[in-house]
Amino acid sequence: MRLDLLLRISSKIFLPFIILFAFYVQFHGDFGPGGGFQAGVIFAAGIILYTIIFGIKKAQKDFPETIFNYMVPLGVLIFTVTGLISLSKGFNFLDYDALAHYPKHGQHIGIIAIELGVFVTVIGSMVSIFYAFVARGKK
Amino acid sequence: MALTTLGIIRLRNLFSVVILSTIYSFLMATLLLIFDAVDVALTEAAVGAGISTVLMLTVLYYTKVNEEKPKFKSILPLIICLTIGGLLIYGTYGLPPFGASDTPIHTHISVQYLERSMSETGVPNVVTSVLASYRGFDTLGEVIVVFTAAIGVLSILKRDKI
Repeated sequence: MRLDLLLRISSKIFLPFIILFAFYVQFHGDFGPGGGFQAGVIFAAGIILYTIIFGIKKAQKDFPETIFNYMVPLGVLIFTVTGLISLSKGFNFLDYDALAHYPKHGQHIGIIAIELGVFVTVIGSMVSIFYAFVARGKK
Repeated sequence: MALTTLGIIRLRNLFSVVILSTIYSFLMATLLLIFDAVDVALTEAAVGAGISTVLMLTVLYYTKVNEEKPKFKSILPLIICLTIGGLLIYGTYGLPPFGASDTPIHTHISVQYLERSMSETGVPNVVTSVLASYRGFDTLGEVIVVFTAAIGVLSILKRDKI
């Protein structure tokens, strides 16, 4: 158990940067490369790294599985509700011009909202699938 | 890339096959980066080289590491693959030369996107504006695909718990 000291310490140093990079890719997606999907996968990779190094029990204690299970439909909900808000204001479905007085602002808010939806769903599915795989145990 | 592909086909040790496919994914990401498709390269590096390697290794943990000898001759599938591959390569001769700027895809809608993206959405990254704004409905579909896939995999993996 003590032999993987180097791995554990270095992954502890790396993990905040991985998560930070995921958020950078997420919120910088409209200026540089990236977006919800990429950010979600990077975030999930961070949590998977944590699980590999520290074991499934500790990981599930620190990042409870139920959160990720709820995140899968939550992202779809965020995406759809964004579309429905613009629909309720008399615009087309997913027409973000409706979200603010100034169309470009509306576009910005809308893109950030749906990227958030993608982000949440992708993290949820990746980590849930990984947890479900690992938790099966060897038969 | 061709070498890694040949290695993946020839090798019987599945562990090396997984590692080779990771290398393949990284090479693919580099290739996409050279083509200036940074968004796709990022996805390929994160999903192809990162998450799918981890998932494959998890699967290997539950199964055997060495592939068994094939039980039947693979002549007929080989012929079918070669025929279809040959037809597809023949089909590429009908395509416009690589990188030509006067092809239909570069003269119709791409130009519209490139010109109008900044003034209509105010987002400098055209990929994001196309994905999220112009093709928002498609992206919603993609999210629902991810959602459905996750639900499907989870309901198979956790069927004994319910």
